[in-house]
Amino acid sequence: MAIEMLYFAWVREVIGTGHERVDPPAEVETVGALIDWLAASSDTHAAAFENRERLRAAVDQAFVPLDAAIAGAREIAIFPPVTGG
Amino acid sequence: MIRILVTPDPIDVATEVARVEVEGAGGIASFIGRVRADDGVSTLELEHYPGMTEAALEAVARTAAARWSLAAVTIVHRVGPMGPGERIVLVATAAAHRQAALDACAYCIDRLKTDAPFWKREVTPEGTRWVEVRAADAQRATDWA
Repeated sequence: MAIEMLYFAWVREVIGTGHERVDPPAEVETVGALIDWLAASSDTHAAAFENRERLRAAVDQAFVPLDAAIAGAREIAIFPPVTGG
Repeated sequence: MIRILVTPDPIDVATEVARVEVEGAGGIASFIGRVRADDGVSTLELEHYPGMTEAALEAVARTAAARWSLAAVTIVHRVGPMGPGERIVLVATAAAHRQAALDACAYCIDRLKTDAPFWKREVTPEGTRWVEVRAADAQRATDWA
């Protein structure tokens, strides 16, 4: 199941791209597991995802906690806490 | 009447406030956030998540409109690079009476700080840095629950 990954702010800068298409194995069932799987794939992902407390996520454009399920997700975004306004 | 705008262009306060001067609006409140020149900040860059940003602002505005029976609510948020003194965000709320307009305006600005996917980066003489979350902002947003 291919998922469109989006990265913002310093997460995007550290990884080196704002989006990529990934196809995780079936045992990757949560956002947190997806982050673990991506971190194992490259040094830049590992660096961006080093401190989970600094990461937030959205599944199909809705904020979710990192233990949220990703079944059926088309678009998942990983980013730092938001700072608008 | 809800108006949401995420734009790289400067915010025209007079036009936006005039838009919420609708029938039944006896009181109008507005908030304008501007770029501060703290620590020699020369440029503030606003990144956002297109699509999700507009939906998140719309949800904030809808909740405020229902809770305070607003006649109109507008949220305009600028994105991209901007300089000290430039407007980042404008919230304008219109209600039958002042208290509802004032409370709804405060709610919208407090909630959008935690509910909408924007990220600020400051350019200073020492380099660029991503702005960190202020704990007080998160507390203010949850205080409205």
